Amino acid sequence: MPNGLNLLFQFLDSFAFIVLAAAGLAIIFGIMGVINLAHGEFIMVGAYATTLANLEAGLPLPLAMLVGVLVTAMFGLVVERVVISGTVPNAIGRRVLGRDVVEPLYDRLADSMVATWGLSLVMVQGVRLTLGNSLDQIGTPLGKIAYGGFSYSSYRVLLAGVALGLLAATYLAFTRTDYGMRARATVQDDDTARALGVDTERTYMTTFALGSALAGFTGALYAPTITMVPGLGGSFLVEAFVAVVVGGPGVVLGTTLAGGLLGAINALFSNLVGTFFGRIALLVTAIVMLRFLPDGITGFLDRLRQRRQEGA
Amino acid sequence: MLELDGVTAAYDSTPILRDVDLAVAEGEIVGVMGKNGVGKSTLLKTVIGLLEPTAGTITYAGTDVTTATADERARAGMGYIPQGRDVFPTLTVEQNVRMGETVNADSDELLYDVLYDYFPVLEERASQQAGGMSGGEQQMLAIARALVSNPDLLLLDEPSEGIQPSIVAQISEDMQAINEDLGTTILFVEQNLGVIREMADRCYAMERGEIVAELGPAALTDEDAIAEFLAV
Ligand SMILES: Nc1ncnc2c1ncn2[C@@H]1O[C@H](COP(=O)(O)OP(=O)(O)O)[C@@H](O)[C@H]1O
Ligand SMILES: [Mg+2]
Repeated sequence: MPNGLNLLFQFLDSFAFIVLAAAGLAIIFGIMGVINLAHGEFIMVGAYATTLANLEAGLPLPLAMLVGVLVTAMFGLVVERVVISGTVPNAIGRRVLGRDVVEPLYDRLADSMVATWGLSLVMVQGVRLTLGNSLDQIGTPLGKIAYGGFSYSSYRVLLAGVALGLLAATYLAFTRTDYGMRARATVQDDDTARALGVDTERTYMTTFALGSALAGFTGALYAPTITMVPGLGGSFLVEAFVAVVVGGPGVVLGTTLAGGLLGAINALFSNLVGTFFGRIALLVTAIVMLRFLPDGITGFLDRLRQRRQEGA
Repeated sequence: MLELDGVTAAYDSTPILRDVDLAVAEGEIVGVMGKNGVGKSTLLKTVIGLLEPTAGTITYAGTDVTTATADERARAGMGYIPQGRDVFPTLTVEQNVRMGETVNADSDELLYDVLYDYFPVLEERASQQAGGMSGGEQQMLAIARALVSNPDLLLLDEPSEGIQPSIVAQISEDMQAINEDLGTTILFVEQNLGVIREMADRCYAMERGEIVAELGPAALTDEDAIAEFLAV
């Protein structure tokens, strides 16, 4: 029995981690065609801002987490204007040279990866230089669940609930709000969206800020459970990246299915042969999926749907 | 209402439109006819702002909109129906129509009832994915999407393309009725002779990116005069 329970908790833990790590990356990839390799560092910004707000400024934890989310969203907004859309360099270029100097990175996977990878290096070094090699850590709240000889952190169980809530909220945001409709229309056909009055630039900007806010949220949530070092984003990025590869461009469905599948694989292998093999199994899954479903589960479903419509 | 003065436009550096002069008065239905590839779609894309002219000016409702973006022009009251309809395939029919609410930002009246009267199928299948509808239904959907917030000018690209003749005739009638009932000014491009004669009050002929003739109501009754510009 404890073994079954153990497996269940490990699954929930892994599912939550994958979903929360991937959500922001998946939104930005799915809507803008941009892979943000600095996503892990955005999570680090959220975790650091939360920790500093809680331990240095003395804010209660929930408020400190809100600070983490807002700081990361603002940071994301600046990155979008400067690096992703190129609006700021182009405004300067037009003033100084009389012309644009860069093209937006929208829908340019490889270019966006190079640019954001560079950004991630700068961010890690920047934080190391200004705040040192580590920060004090917030203690994990909420205590433990005990069952016989088995005990588990309540906070980490709570995270699984938060992950499910986040998926539901994201689903509603993309199906029920004006922003969500505009974002989906922009992905499907940005010319037609613009011709219908959608300011697609603004939609992209909002999307990046939203994806950044989610990264900040993840950092805020995990801040009490991880060691505060400048490179803490690395493990988040790996799992988020694998989840997006496996899930494909469908944001909510892709993240849910990838979180479920990868969470199960990770829990199973970690339980049977150890944590290290759990992570290896994730990478192997990603490679196998890339071979057989190169555009992920949702890309595959999309193609099925299209074939059915053309046949009809 | 709409005036193009010496408009030249290009994709990358290949010039497509050359020195186009064209005017549409309020309440008119004006056609532009021409064979495949003469630049009709390019003309409408330039009018809505998806392509920026390299020379010339575009004036809409007394304002110079030459450098305005497409979304700005749409919000200023231009509705646009692209060639091939371009409905958003994975949005529902109703969500597609709702996307048109941003057009003509000044309007505080939404025409769902009017449009569902014209095209009842859109109400019946409101919650279905738009990608699964037939060509004719998608055309009706694209019309409703462009008209729902009552734009002043409607730009319509080859409404007859890929649609059964019976539905083509119905759509031309609907467009005329919409023009009368709602007062929507319409600029459309076509290569279907029947649709041009049926719908247009007046018509321009286009060849290789240039306007080569203007046909008034009398000339439009002369089938041979029109066919000359559409012959292969
Ligand atoms: N996106 C594009 N890029 C480059 N050339 C294009 C593009 N779209 C159309 N063209 C070219 O412009 C010319 C006019 O095309 P178009 O305006 O679509 O003609 P029409 O609508 O009258 O059939 C054609 O020669 C076509 O090949
Ligand atoms: Mg065309």
